[in-house]
Amino acid sequence: MSGIVIIGAGQAAGQAAASLRQEKYEGSITILGEETQPPYQRPPLSKQYLSGELGMDRVLVRPEKFYVDQNVSLHTGTQVESIDPSAKSVTTSAGDSYEYDKLLIATGSRPRILTIPGSDLEGIHYLRTIDDVDGIRAAMKTAKKVCIVGGGYIGLEVAAVAVTSGLSVTVLEMEERILQRVTTPEMSEYYHELHTGRGVNIMVNTGVSGFEGDGSVTTVLCGDEKIDADLVIVGIGIIPNTELADTAGLECNNGITVNDHCRTSDPDIYAAGDCTNHPNPIMGRRLRLESVPNAMEQARVSAANMLGGDKVYASVPWFWSDQYELKLQMVGFSADGDTSVLRGDKATNQFAVFYLKDGKVVSVDAVNSPKEFMVCKQLYGKVVDPAALADATVELKTLLN
Amino acid sequence: MPQVKFIEFNGTEHNIDANNGDSIMTAATSNLVPGIDADCGGECSCATCHVLISAEWQTKLDAPSESEESMLDLNPDRSSESRLSCQIKMSDDLDGIVVNLPEFQY
Repeated sequence: MSGIVIIGAGQAAGQAAASLRQEKYEGSITILGEETQPPYQRPPLSKQYLSGELGMDRVLVRPEKFYVDQNVSLHTGTQVESIDPSAKSVTTSAGDSYEYDKLLIATGSRPRILTIPGSDLEGIHYLRTIDDVDGIRAAMKTAKKVCIVGGGYIGLEVAAVAVTSGLSVTVLEMEERILQRVTTPEMSEYYHELHTGRGVNIMVNTGVSGFEGDGSVTTVLCGDEKIDADLVIVGIGIIPNTELADTAGLECNNGITVNDHCRTSDPDIYAAGDCTNHPNPIMGRRLRLESVPNAMEQARVSAANMLGGDKVYASVPWFWSDQYELKLQMVGFSADGDTSVLRGDKATNQFAVFYLKDGKVVSVDAVNSPKEFMVCKQLYGKVVDPAALADATVELKTLLN
Repeated sequence: MPQVKFIEFNGTEHNIDANNGDSIMTAATSNLVPGIDADCGGECSCATCHVLISAEWQTKLDAPSESEESMLDLNPDRSSESRLSCQIKMSDDLDGIVVNLPEFQY
C-alpha cells in the first residue's frame, strides 16, 4: 500500500493529516512541503506574529511532535517537480519519487509580484511566509519610512502594526478606494478614516511605476510623484499555485477545478485550500477563496472522501481581519446584496452592516460585534425584517426563530 | 505538566498532558481529541471549540470575556457549563480539569 501523499505543507495539509488519523486511517501519510517549517497558521503573520505578540511555537497548526506521534512523514524543504497521474506518483526536484493511492494537492497560493523598474531592489518585501515576516520584522527595527503597496487586508493589517510601532506609514492604492476588491464603499470609507486617524497616510488612485535606490530602495515612484521609503511591503493579491496540477493534465480554471467532494478531474487526486476552484451549493456558484476556514474544511472533506467517504463541502464563507484593537468578522460577500442595513453606531467602532438580497440575509461586515457575525452565519439565506435588524434594542436571538 | 481529561459525548475519555500556557483547545488539537475543530486557530472568532466545564471547575477559571460571551450567547445549545476552549489557558491550578465535549459539535 502506497498510502496518501499531500503536496504542500500549509494549513490544509496539516489539517488533512490530522483528519486522516482522526478518521482512523492507519496507512502512510507523506507531506511534501517547500517551506522549512511544519504547517503553520498564516493569518497571524500579518498581525500578532508581525507585532511580536505571538512566537513561532504559537502559530504552528500542530506541534512538531504531533507528526512524530501520529506517524506522519513530514518532508519540509522539499519541492515537488511533477505529478504522474498514470503511474500515481510524484517526483521531487531532488529526484525522489513517492507513489500514492490518493493524492491531496494543497499547494496554496503565492503573492503577485511587481515587475517594474527597481522592483528587485533590497528592502522590497512580500508577505506570505514566516520567512517573509521574519525579514520584515528585522527590517522594521531600523526602518523609518514604510511604504505599503496595495490597500487590501494584508496591506492594512501591516500598516496598523507598523504605525503602532512608531513608523511613518504610507499606503498606496491603485483604485479609487482601499479594499475596493473586497468590500463596499461604506466600509472602505470607515477603514480609510480609521487608518488616517491613527496617522497612516493613504493615497488612492496611486499606482506605483517604479522604485529607486542604490542597492536598497530609497524612493517609490508614482508617475511624477516621489515618496521616500526605506522599507516597502507589497500586498497586491495572490495567484493560486495550479502549475503542478495543470502540467499533470488536471482540469484548472482560475484554480484547480474540484467537485463538491474536493475531488479533481482525476478520481484519485483531491485538492484543498487557496489553490482550488470549487462549487458552493449554498450560493449556487463556483468560488476560489483566499481563506483559512475554507482550507480547513476542504481538508476535512478531502480526508473523509479519500478514505471512501461521501462528504460534501457546503459552507458559507467567512473571513476576519484584525486592525488595531478592531476585529472585523465577515460572512459571505457584501457584493451579493442589494440593500445594506446598519446596526449600531460607527462612531463607537462597534457596529455591523448586514447585506440583504431580495430580503434575504447574504452577508455581514461586523466590527467588534461577534454576536452580529454569529447570527449572520445562522440567518444566511433567510428573510429578515430589515427594521428589526437595524434596531439595536431588538435582541438578535429573537430574529433566529 | 497539568492534565486535562476530555470526555466525548459517548463517554470516551482522553487524558492529555498540557503545557502550561497552552489553551485547552491546543491541548485537544495537538492530541487528536475529536470534536474541536478550532477553525480560527484560537482567535475567539469561530466558536468551533465549544466545551462544557462543570460549575466546580469554572470557579477556578476567569469569567468569559465579552467576546467569548457574545460568541457563546447565540448558540441555541449553550448551557451554563459552556465555554470556548481556546480562551482557557492551562496552569498547574487546573491540573485534572474535566472537559466534556458537546454532541452538537460533532
